[in-house]
Amino acid sequence: MAEPLLRVEGLWRRFDVSKPWLNRVIEREKPQFLTAVADVTFEIARGETFALVGESGSGKSTIARMIVGLLGASDGRILFDGKDMTALPASELRALRRRFQMIFQDPFASLNPRWRVGDIIAEPLRTFGLATGAAAEAEVGRLLETVGLSAKDAEKFPHEFSGGQRQRIAIARALSSKPEFIVCDEPTSALDVSVQAQILNLMRDLQDEFGLTYLFISHDLSVVRHMATRIGVLYLGRLVETAEAKTLFREPQHPYTRMLLDAVPDLALSGRRRKPVTGEIPNPISPPSGCAFHPRCPLVHDRCRETLPEPHSTATGMAACFATKGDRAETETAGTA
Amino acid sequence: MTEPLLSVRDLRVEFPTRRGTLTALDGVSFDIMPGEVLGMVGESGAGKSLTGAAIIGLLEPPGRIAGGEIRLRGERIDILSPDAMRRIRGKRIGMVFQDPLTSLNPLYTIARQLTETIRTHLPLSEADARQRAIALLDRVGIPAAARRIDDYPHHFSGGMRQRVVIALALCAEPELVIADEPTTALDVSVQAQIIDLIKEICAERGAAVMLITHDMGVIAETADRVAVLYAGRLAEIGKVKDVILDARHPYTKGLMGSIPTLTQESDRLVQIPGAMPRLSAIPQGCAFNPRCPEVFARCFVERPEPVKIESGRQVSCWIEEWKVGHG
Amino acid sequence: MNRIARAWDSDIAWSFRHSPVAMLAALVALLIILSAVLAPWIAPHDPFNPASLNLMDGFTPPMEPNAFTGNVFWLGTDNQGRDIFSAILYGARISLFVGFSAVVFAMVLGISIGLLAAWRGGWVDSLLMRIADVQLSFPSILIALLIFGIARGVIPPAYREEMAIWVLIVAIGLSDWVQFARVVRGAALVEKSKEYVQAARLVGAHPARIVLSHILPNVMGPVLVIATIGLALAIIAEATLSFLGVGVPPTQPSLGTLIRIGQGFLFSGEWWIILFPSIALLALALSVNLLGDWLRDALNPRLK
Repeated sequence: MAEPLLRVEGLWRRFDVSKPWLNRVIEREKPQFLTAVADVTFEIARGETFALVGESGSGKSTIARMIVGLLGASDGRILFDGKDMTALPASELRALRRRFQMIFQDPFASLNPRWRVGDIIAEPLRTFGLATGAAAEAEVGRLLETVGLSAKDAEKFPHEFSGGQRQRIAIARALSSKPEFIVCDEPTSALDVSVQAQILNLMRDLQDEFGLTYLFISHDLSVVRHMATRIGVLYLGRLVETAEAKTLFREPQHPYTRMLLDAVPDLALSGRRRKPVTGEIPNPISPPSGCAFHPRCPLVHDRCRETLPEPHSTATGMAACFATKGDRAETETAGTA
Repeated sequence: MTEPLLSVRDLRVEFPTRRGTLTALDGVSFDIMPGEVLGMVGESGAGKSLTGAAIIGLLEPPGRIAGGEIRLRGERIDILSPDAMRRIRGKRIGMVFQDPLTSLNPLYTIARQLTETIRTHLPLSEADARQRAIALLDRVGIPAAARRIDDYPHHFSGGMRQRVVIALALCAEPELVIADEPTTALDVSVQAQIIDLIKEICAERGAAVMLITHDMGVIAETADRVAVLYAGRLAEIGKVKDVILDARHPYTKGLMGSIPTLTQESDRLVQIPGAMPRLSAIPQGCAFNPRCPEVFARCFVERPEPVKIESGRQVSCWIEEWKVGHG
Repeated sequence: MNRIARAWDSDIAWSFRHSPVAMLAALVALLIILSAVLAPWIAPHDPFNPASLNLMDGFTPPMEPNAFTGNVFWLGTDNQGRDIFSAILYGARISLFVGFSAVVFAMVLGISIGLLAAWRGGWVDSLLMRIADVQLSFPSILIALLIFGIARGVIPPAYREEMAIWVLIVAIGLSDWVQFARVVRGAALVEKSKEYVQAARLVGAHPARIVLSHILPNVMGPVLVIATIGLALAIIAEATLSFLGVGVPPTQPSLGTLIRIGQGFLFSGEWWIILFPSIALLALALSVNLLGDWLRDALNPRLK
């Protein structure tokens, strides 16, 4: 296999969620930490769309922000094109930054309301010194047309556009530095469905046209199903399963993946009988011992409550579960032993 | 045929602004039968939440009902005094909103909020009201309800709070529950539980539900019939199965095609070009005409009224009108 | 559509046109500011030129001919024969200059500190905000007096007179920056967490550039509101200090100085010497304050 474009190794992120120092001293409390991302490892090959799926508290947005450098990692390595970004000198990092970009969730917050659209799109061009003056203007016009807007829109302000058009502007901006890799953090979850379809189609067209690699973050399995080539499922900061998109939906391995699939409403009215979903996501400050999913898991066993299941390869990819590793009998003997 | 529980006729809601009056709902008519779940679906700005607010008399000023009528069991409720309307809210119509925190007072315990509501509407003693509240909490799936009833809203997780709100909406045995995006703020796995709960518990108590949501999936799972709103007008209404599997209005067709599903294999989603018009710029004729793939001359001139194409199915489209007229 | 038409049609202009109080306040403030600026051209007398003063004109009541000279003064004269109307025009000039300068000083200081606290966070933020808290626990006039006292001790006597106005500006400005810093910090923290700021960080834009060209323009709304209300407060603070005798030197009387001079004659029957400067001060402070209130409501989306 060719060298992956992005490789994340043993990534951790802890947040200090303690009360202010003075309160802590007076109330005699220990500092509290929240582990948002725990030991996450995955690879993204050139030209593919790797999706991270998870519910709130799964750490998917934290991973996205660490990859693009908005947040530091507590531990672990992020290799972009073979270079470890966590250990790179500032000058080299700057050169690397041009090659990746991010599309944010809320198109009403991701564009500075006081800037003209032209300036918003040109900011990466100017900051990286790729183009200035008339050249930058021409490029902005071309980018606007690429995403289905008009070159004349550069003169306008963001509030003159609808949510979908704003997301197009955000995409034009992300494309302006000619990146190879784009992190898309819930790019359509703030949009209406008919507009979501436009944006998803546009993103796929752009991928084909420019050979882009996407890291696609979403909580919506149907959207992920449509966009991704490979999928990683996160639960409370840990990667519980990765698989090729098609096989993940056909043969989900991890019990949590199965539960997520069962929770998706059945729009085809196929009358598919689903297992009722139970329980809620635990508080990430005090996650359950052993496998974090064990309180909700239908296959739970004694061992799951004590030991953290290591990721192991499955027929379809990777899963971190005792029940999916080998056959059930093995788990049971292990549990009683 | 039985009498509808709720009957809305030609509802028109206007917002006077300094640039003229905006018509946010225009000629919306539908019925909800006793015990029925009616889904109300549309994109943001289509007027689905406004419809709910107009029914319960909670339109935000300067919005006002400018025409039409709303009847609850035959009695007009759109012209009631605010005081009389308040007695209907909570008692005969229960409400569940998107954000459970807006329905719960953070300063009071769950017990106090539930028993107060119960005693406002039902002649029960404090102790009886508390017993009833505990039974309700238990029914909506709050574990250890007898103990947790004395907790405050912030002690509960988002999903649990929404369960409390559902208990609150149902505590006076209403005939109708209006649920406005009840699952939008929740996680996927919790969402499914809440949908199931609303459906079950209302069926059990014979309460009808008006379920307002942007999510066609939620409608498909829950509703008996669905009304599709576009730019403040009713595009299509009918049985969920009919509308989802055999959409007739070009907007509904586009909407259904644009939703990615777990089973489809196609590379591209159907996309409707453009976006829903702002209320200040609704085109003449059919509001959907700038985006419609099947548009023809008449659509630019005359506005199509809902036409009955089969029992319980209405579509506002000139093409369907023509089909009906020509057999 | 041209710029002026668009500005006239904007929400804020609309809200202005529909608020009689705001329009009246703006009219009064504009009138006072214009006449203060144009004082040398419109004042009938020059109250600072001793050669033009005639002691015989002293204590002339308003609109009455002087018993000795027969001169008529609209608002009367003070003990030295200065025309009160002219003195008010020149006094308002000083008051406004000190007020504007003090607010600009406080604004620049407050915005810088607020932005620094919000952007750096951590101990820098804690330290700056604790200083602000400490300062807030003293009445600002006390702080101004303190600064004024220190400045008097530091500046050699020969320069005291000409430096007095600048000392006053710094004293009032230093006593007033906390408001700006707090509001800017709060608004900047909100903006800082927004995705457009993250997008700018992502492309490696320089922090100073992010703060100045991304965050600053988006926090200016509330700053303008406090600046307007702060202007009224600064004018009053200046008047208070001058009234206490620690403000501007008597050779450049501000409205506060005039009121201080006038209150000496209040009980001997020369009421006009204190009344008219007081009315001028009241009208100026009130109109500016009302404008500030209107601006706050007009910019607050929740009240719409």
